[in-house]
Amino acid sequence: MIIDAKGLHYRELNEQVRAAVAEGETDLTLLNVNGQRYIADAIDTPVSIIIEGVPGNDLGVFMNGPSLVVHANGQDHIANTMNDGKIIVHGDAGDVLGYGMRGGKVFVKGDVGYRVGIHMKEYKDKVPVMVIGGKARDFFGEYMAGGTLILLGLDTGGNGQDEIAGNYFGTGMHGGVIYVRGRLDDYQLGKEVKQLELDDEDRAVIRAYVTEFATDFGMDTEEILKGDFVKIKAVSHRPYGNLYAY
Amino acid sequence: MKTYQLPEVKIERDKDRCIDCQVCVRQCAFEAHIVDEDGEVYSEDEKCVACQRCVSLCPTNALTIKDNKPFVKDNANWTAETQKYIWKQAETGGVLLTGMGNPKPYPIYWDHMLLNASQVTNPSIDPLREPMELRTYLGSKPDKIDIKMVDGEPVLNTKLAPQLMVKTPILFSAMSFGAVSYSVCEGLARASKELGTFWNTGEGGLPQNLYEYGPNTIVQVASGRFGVHSEYLDAAAAIEIKIGQGAKPGIGGHLPGEKVGAEVSRTRMIPVGSDAISPAPHHDIYSIEDLSQLIFSLKEATEYTKPISVKISAVHNVAAIASGIARAGADIIAIDGFRGGTGAAPTMIRDNVGIPIELAIAAVDTRLRDEAIRNRVSVIAAGGFRNSADVIKAIALGADAVYLGTAALVAMGCHVCQMCYTGKCNWGIATQDPYLEKRLNPDVAAERLFNLVRGWSHEIAEMLGGMGLNAIESLRGNRLHLRSIGLSTEEMDILGLQAAGSPMA
Ligand code: SF4
Ligand code: SF4
Repeated sequence: MIIDAKGLHYRELNEQVRAAVAEGETDLTLLNVNGQRYIADAIDTPVSIIIEGVPGNDLGVFMNGPSLVVHANGQDHIANTMNDGKIIVHGDAGDVLGYGMRGGKVFVKGDVGYRVGIHMKEYKDKVPVMVIGGKARDFFGEYMAGGTLILLGLDTGGNGQDEIAGNYFGTGMHGGVIYVRGRLDDYQLGKEVKQLELDDEDRAVIRAYVTEFATDFGMDTEEILKGDFVKIKAVSHRPYGNLYAY
Repeated sequence: MKTYQLPEVKIERDKDRCIDCQVCVRQCAFEAHIVDEDGEVYSEDEKCVACQRCVSLCPTNALTIKDNKPFVKDNANWTAETQKYIWKQAETGGVLLTGMGNPKPYPIYWDHMLLNASQVTNPSIDPLREPMELRTYLGSKPDKIDIKMVDGEPVLNTKLAPQLMVKTPILFSAMSFGAVSYSVCEGLARASKELGTFWNTGEGGLPQNLYEYGPNTIVQVASGRFGVHSEYLDAAAAIEIKIGQGAKPGIGGHLPGEKVGAEVSRTRMIPVGSDAISPAPHHDIYSIEDLSQLIFSLKEATEYTKPISVKISAVHNVAAIASGIARAGADIIAIDGFRGGTGAAPTMIRDNVGIPIELAIAAVDTRLRDEAIRNRVSVIAAGGFRNSADVIKAIALGADAVYLGTAALVAMGCHVCQMCYTGKCNWGIATQDPYLEKRLNPDVAAERLFNLVRGWSHEIAEMLGGMGLNAIESLRGNRLHLRSIGLSTEEMDILGLQAAGSPMA
């Protein structure tokens, strides 16, 4: 089913999307999307939504199952507090992706902004995964409490940044794991994390997600995997445990 | 390191009465009572936090906890407390932690306000025999309503925003599962259902077994986003975005890993034993526009069927902030004054940041009226309400309803010892220890809460009737029914009150 978003306020557009999903539509294409917020907000059904144009902030917020494909750039707060589903962005994306995200996947082909993966968390079999093809700005993985972030640093983005990541990387991180295809200077890292060498299990995890990522974007898995990866983890799952006078 | 801290209380054990039954030994999680080799019980004063649990349970009334503040020679500056704090920090290098609300002797403005009553003219109403409406609708009200006639009958032609209907203007404040025990949550949920009011999950998620109380539940979305998912949002009657808390304005929170057991882990959806960290800000909110974005993401998520509340702490600029929140699209603004409780806060912040709720209510109500947007939001006031008189004064000052936190805990047994952050609450309230938690029976908790709110509601009805009013609506923001006593003109000006003795103008 095709919905033309041209000139629609987000409220109307989302109403139409919800109505279509309620009627059992499983494949939707939204045309002429131009900054409408909250697309797929809290939708619980595993529908597929193709988005043509640039969706607005909070794409996939509270989402619980759908697959979204964006054939353009995304904006801020993609996958905010997302529970399940998958979001694929064929361009760059903005700040604060995957805030509090608890499950599902986000794949961004290009670069991302600040505070990406902030406070992602996992619980039992719910492990959120985010793979960024390009580069990231400051505070990547801030307060991260669980899940897997992979930062590939490929030349796929358009923000013109040289460094693979900014500063304060993993600040406040206390769970989960980040893999970076490249090395970070120690000054870039938050004081709660350290860089580690990969083991076989890490390599298997990276291979699995990179394969899926490369397939989604029509890229060469082996070419990507040739890069030198490093693992970043929290030193403690209780970073502020001894801050207090009891 | 040897501690220089001195005991602050003295445990007196009347040896004539004590039968060495060891009840006190078992009851004190702080291990202040000890049995010696001969089976004789003795006590160690320095461990006692004065929670009065042992005193309440001692079968022979053998125990008394007495104030034993160390004597400090002639000094109002270097008090025993000041010295204790310095020693504590000199011995640990840590941040001082505490629980409950600001205990400092700042002015309590409630005690400087007096209510009105009718005499001769506009006769008082007896709520026992005449109708008295305490029902309150919380949510955004339209600027005007449009009525059309259908078949000669008037029909409302304005689509109203979703409302929360409370049978009495008293709700239970946010207290998160994790900070408080499951029994507390269950007690609050059940009492709310019985009373026709609401409890608030706080930021710790909604335990699975309490989903059935959804219609009486306000769920919170805080910066940690713990346990927030579409099912949680759907279950609730209303959603509250937590920006701040009166006990610790401007900072986030850490639920220590020790309190994250299996059930807390399941509800918050984080691994057992890991710290639950709530960042100080929501990282998707750096402006009023961003707040609006989160408000509308929640409205979209619930298809505009539930009121969205935004909770802030009462700070110096509270009136302007409240105006921004109203304009951002919130239906309810909850304001928490600096006496609001907490499970854990840095002592210096609890005791020194924020303003009293009395001043905040008046400032916010005045500002929203001046801007002609008071109808767009309801105001729930929180932060240290002690009795029904405080509640009714808050409504006369301009609040729509109040949140009870500490008073609800006291009803369930809390003795305000301020040790909530230790997780060793002997009353089974601020703990996740299964042995301690069993001490609070949810049946009893619910009944005590029900009784408290029932009693307060009767008193409110009586006081309203005394003023010649038959609906709480008629009192809201009606400051002519209050008079101040012993306040400066500046304070009276902020509160919008005349002095006791000045005539009805
Ligand atoms: S801490 Fe409480 S239970 Fe323990 S001795 Fe003191 S008053 Fe009694
Ligand atoms: S909840 Fe428990 S620990 Fe906290 S003040 Fe009350 S009695 Fe003390």
